[in-house]
Amino acid sequence: MTKQYDTIIIGAGHNGLVCAAYLAKKGQKVLLLEAADTLGGLASTREFHPGFKASVAHTINQFSSKIVGDLNLAAYGFKSGKPMQSVGLSEDGQHVSIANGKVTGVGQSDIDAFARYTKMMQRYAKAMAGFSLQTIPPIGNNSFSEVLTFAKMGLKIRGLGREDMRELLRIISLPARDLMDENFDNPILKAMLSWDGLIGSKMAPRSPNNTVLMMLFRMIGEHRGAHALPVGGMDGLINALSNALTSSGAEIRTSAPVGQVLVNRSKNGLSAVGVILQNGEEFKAQRIVSAVDPKQTFLDLVGVDNLEIEFTNRINRLRSDGYVAKLHLALDGLPDFNGINIPNERMIIAPEMDAIEFAFDDAKYGEASSEPVMEVMLPSLRDQSLAPEGKHVLSAHIMYVPYNRKGGWTKKAKDQLAKNAIKTLSQYAPGIEKQIAHAELLTPADIAESHLVTGGHWHHGEFALDQMMMMRPTYEAAQYKTPIPGLYLASAGCHPGGGIMGGPGHNAAHEILK
Amino acid sequence: MSKIKDPFAGERLKETPFHPRQSALNLRNAWSSWNGYLFADCYYEAEYEYFCIRNQCGTYDITPMQKYEISGADAEAMLNRMVTRDISKLRKNRVTYVCWCTDEGRMIDDGTIFMLTCGSPSLAWLRKSSFGYKDVTIKDLSDTVAALSFQGPTSCEVLKKMGLSKIDTLKPFGIKHFKFKGGKLMVSRTGFTGDLGYELWIDPKLALDLWDALYAAGEDFGIQPYGETATNMARLEAGFIMPEMEFNEALKTIHFQHDQTPLELDLGWLVDFKKPHFNGRNALLREKEKGTEYMLTKLDIQGNKPAEESFLYSDKACTKQIGYVTSAMWSPVVKANIALAMIKTKHLDGDIWAEINYVKELRQLSKMAKCTVMKKPFWAPARAKATPPGPY
Repeated sequence: MTKQYDTIIIGAGHNGLVCAAYLAKKGQKVLLLEAADTLGGLASTREFHPGFKASVAHTINQFSSKIVGDLNLAAYGFKSGKPMQSVGLSEDGQHVSIANGKVTGVGQSDIDAFARYTKMMQRYAKAMAGFSLQTIPPIGNNSFSEVLTFAKMGLKIRGLGREDMRELLRIISLPARDLMDENFDNPILKAMLSWDGLIGSKMAPRSPNNTVLMMLFRMIGEHRGAHALPVGGMDGLINALSNALTSSGAEIRTSAPVGQVLVNRSKNGLSAVGVILQNGEEFKAQRIVSAVDPKQTFLDLVGVDNLEIEFTNRINRLRSDGYVAKLHLALDGLPDFNGINIPNERMIIAPEMDAIEFAFDDAKYGEASSEPVMEVMLPSLRDQSLAPEGKHVLSAHIMYVPYNRKGGWTKKAKDQLAKNAIKTLSQYAPGIEKQIAHAELLTPADIAESHLVTGGHWHHGEFALDQMMMMRPTYEAAQYKTPIPGLYLASAGCHPGGGIMGGPGHNAAHEILK
Repeated sequence: MSKIKDPFAGERLKETPFHPRQSALNLRNAWSSWNGYLFADCYYEAEYEYFCIRNQCGTYDITPMQKYEISGADAEAMLNRMVTRDISKLRKNRVTYVCWCTDEGRMIDDGTIFMLTCGSPSLAWLRKSSFGYKDVTIKDLSDTVAALSFQGPTSCEVLKKMGLSKIDTLKPFGIKHFKFKGGKLMVSRTGFTGDLGYELWIDPKLALDLWDALYAAGEDFGIQPYGETATNMARLEAGFIMPEMEFNEALKTIHFQHDQTPLELDLGWLVDFKKPHFNGRNALLREKEKGTEYMLTKLDIQGNKPAEESFLYSDKACTKQIGYVTSAMWSPVVKANIALAMIKTKHLDGDIWAEINYVKELRQLSKMAKCTVMKKPFWAPARAKATPPGPY
């Protein structure tokens, strides 16, 4: 006899964990299946060199405090950590820093403009914050809840007042470049502010689409846009989540890759009734929740034979090629960054917006940028357990690195990219190249393979206007239910999207418990 | 002088392999186009050709029909998801009539499966449908198979005389293969006239040989070519639907729900809800439970004025409009004024009146005619289904 669960959740990324924790807390019998041997998905901490550990996601800036409260994560050891400064590096050591909502290292007019700009953006972020933790209804059924949700959204925006609302509507799809040029003079400040609206997406400062929305989305967390590393590193969050759910009686299985969602086919139609692991083991449940990205969920685990034709093709055309690579360096000692005492903040290497734009130009034609721009951290300065004593881990997001490189990701191409990145780093931290004991470079193609996420895309699907809200991942699957009864989605591929936020896991659990 | 030989080369209609014979017989030069081919509306006179179909036999060039060969280990699974009928039951050398829908259950097209034939180009939809299946190959055979529909009560006798042995044992929707002039001739007992008839499928190189052999054998059996107009008359008597008359192909429909579902088109028998999954199943199931808004209905109408493009009302005073006629004609063989019409389902049991507009020597006239709902096809002779069909 196979054991019967209320819910099986595929994928123990943070969204899978959040969803499982909510369901288990309500008394459901939950089984959480994870392909890797560690929990946390892109936020999981893995050893990349003996004694050195890192995670793909290396900060948190928007994890929902509602979820922290609902799941009582503090009781399970979660502390969100102090907000970090963001530092825009300058080769000559004249850095630009943002801390506690104030900018330093720029002229007075930029200081004043930044104060105005930040206040405005925070008002907008506040107006939009509520919608990330709720299901966006489909358009066109004119149900009471649909009308109510959209009316509330409208009211929130309207509540900003006439001038703010007009300005929000004006800037909402503006390229970062225009927004920055309108407000600031300092090139480093402009580049580092656009960074949060671009990273993880196939967009550069001159791309119109949802850069501004992305910036606002990152400002809804407890530190209002500042990044932080939880106490105990990323594992601090993941362990708290897994403790919360195991103490509610949920079962977790790691190294249990799912091969197939079991779909029952009868004269009553289709229904998802279980999963089959790649090793043939079978588990049954009343419902299956996939916290795996939508493309893998539908095309690989469910199979097109169980889907409708237009739906299948919409899933297939989801834009989900990642453009961010990850560099992990095992360092023999603390690198010496020009003009910085202790490099324990979040550093951005992008001297001007054009540097970001040109890096993107390379990538959009299938090449990794020869002069990459990056976001750099030394997480071992905040969490000693990540490296042996006296040694350090450098963790860097590199833009733009295409998932599909022209000519493929050969060893030579990877070595060249790592070399370019280290060369760039050494311009800001001279001598760093001599401290490197080991370098691990994960292109989006590597991330796709190592973390089982389509395209190696952070957000499981481009976070863009055409793939947002009731269109994320696509209509008929945007309310966490899918066309197959018993199958739900709970990944970053759903509203409100990616980032270590927990929204999709929260919302999916809410739909299931309705 | 332009150096380009023919600036309109791409616009010119292609000729089917039967064209040399057909053009010689097309006395009226009445051509139109179908899927890029030159194709006869009529040859001499539509009614004359119609009577050939009903009383003798006739050929109708269906080469322009779109033909696809779908092969590979996953071909059946792919098609079975695409069409509403369960084709896993289809045996070798049998043909089945199917239709396929969008996710919303709106009808895209109908067709038959032996290869797969349909009225309109469907490669894009087939490719969309095959996405995700590992082993499926789709080949467009439209230009590489010549096809002739051969219909009418004497058709079986003519094929016998042509030397197709045991053709009279071929059952409706069955297929037989024959050797012909060093090539292969495939014959299916299918058609679009509701009468005894066959469709002949052959390599285009042998098309004229087939034509000549058929016309030689058919000389004493009244063989004639017939065109689109006569086809349209015959199919209406048989109660068959025609694209752009009874239904608007869903993928070509712009306005929401100006297309139709198979249930509305009275093709519920093609929709097998016992099949666990097929495209549009959920939407069609919802429609079935709710009941269709419209239903394609066969009407027998008072008088002899064809009710072409008529509006239908629930009363003679035209106070409540309940539907519209899609095709109408005076049927010579049934001797009745017949029509297909889309009628609001909830009004099917009440009175139905057609407002018929007609022209008499340039005078625009109008009259009201009472309609009776007919359950069965207007024309369905026993020989159409009998095996052997019997001599004529």
